[in-house]
Amino acid sequence: MNGAADLGGMMGFGPVQREDNEPPFHAEWERRAFALTLAMGATGSWTLDASRFARESLPPAEYLSSSYYAIWFNALLKLMRERGLLVDGELEEGRVLARKPVARVLHGNDVAAAMARGSPTEREPAMPARFTVGDRVRARNMHPRTHTRLPRYLRGHAGEIVRVHGVHVFPDTNAHGGGEDPRWLYSVRFAARELWGDGRAAHDSVTADCWEPYLEPA
Amino acid sequence: MSGDRHHHDHDHHHGHDHHHDNSELSETELRVRTLESLLIEKGYVDRAALDALIETYETRIGPKNGARVVAKAWSDRAYRDWLMDDATAAIASLGYTGRQGEHMVAVENTDKVHNLVVCTLCSCYPWSVLGLPPVWYKSPAYRSRAVIDPRGVLAEFGLDLPEETELRVWDSTAEIRYLVLPRRPQGTEAMSEAELAELVTRDSMIGAGVAREPGGAS
Repeated sequence: MNGAADLGGMMGFGPVQREDNEPPFHAEWERRAFALTLAMGATGSWTLDASRFARESLPPAEYLSSSYYAIWFNALLKLMRERGLLVDGELEEGRVLARKPVARVLHGNDVAAAMARGSPTEREPAMPARFTVGDRVRARNMHPRTHTRLPRYLRGHAGEIVRVHGVHVFPDTNAHGGGEDPRWLYSVRFAARELWGDGRAAHDSVTADCWEPYLEPA
Repeated sequence: MSGDRHHHDHDHHHGHDHHHDNSELSETELRVRTLESLLIEKGYVDRAALDALIETYETRIGPKNGARVVAKAWSDRAYRDWLMDDATAAIASLGYTGRQGEHMVAVENTDKVHNLVVCTLCSCYPWSVLGLPPVWYKSPAYRSRAVIDPRGVLAEFGLDLPEETELRVWDSTAEIRYLVLPRRPQGTEAMSEAELAELVTRDSMIGAGVAREPGGAS
């Protein structure tokens, strides 16, 4: 979707503010919101792609004015409400009103192994790759209302395949209950001048990872 | 690592006035605490798992992991070649695997090429080698500008890239996570891997900085 999260190329946010010796968390609630998000993700109630869609589909003004863990927390509430895991009144009254079961629970002594394992997204290819390194491709001019990982600033622009990553879970379906539908994934290099016009250094570029359905021959 | 000192910077970053932010913060704090109690009571999350998740990413997994990878690549040509060819395996050989590092690619800075990593769509970052991303990496300012004005961003970070240097920006749009292999500083020929690792900053592994000079200010 063309949401507030798709920020590449926007202007007006000012300089990048850095903090010396920044800690991983800035408040206790950030620690808890982070851990709750990971622990609920581990219940298998939604995919990582669905959680990204929940974040990017927050109202734009809210997205842009929230700190990142607030975005995570509000998206977590949304994911749980959509699935009946949190019902109206529970958060407001602070008491449990419904108990819908979840598939799995992450226990304390399984955390290290679960994090060390992660969730690899590469799958066995079911069909040959359409493109190979060196091919010229164009990012499709597509504007789905649903989840996609093709940023707006790349759409319609031509680039070159610089790496083939194998076949990976396709977020556009996996975010919406459509299954993994694994597709070939490529690193595509776009010249800075192709994306942003004259006035950029001739050899500068942006490389993005694009699934095959995002691309057409150029 | 108390939160209070950092709330200030954090709030500032979003440009809100303080009074407003403090009340918003305590409301968020309360909602997070309430949700945690509800989810524990529902049996969806285990408090020990939440604590273990926080402990893991607050104290165990951080940029020291990546620094060890870089120092080894600087010291051991065969390891460097392996890292460039199959970063996931080369990094796993040092014990760094899993969540948000399932599929790794290393990109090498040289006297001709500089690499910079961003995630314009959300906050994708190589947790297994760098830990959780700093606030600036997740900020709209960085995510919007890193692709359209990367030289301007680097200049603000104190890195004036020569015009003839090729700048490659990597937008982490899939589950591939990028680790920048910074240039080895001059005058470090006699240093051990452990000493070299001390020169490797987090920002140098994002491409937002360079490694420290030996004996220089940190």
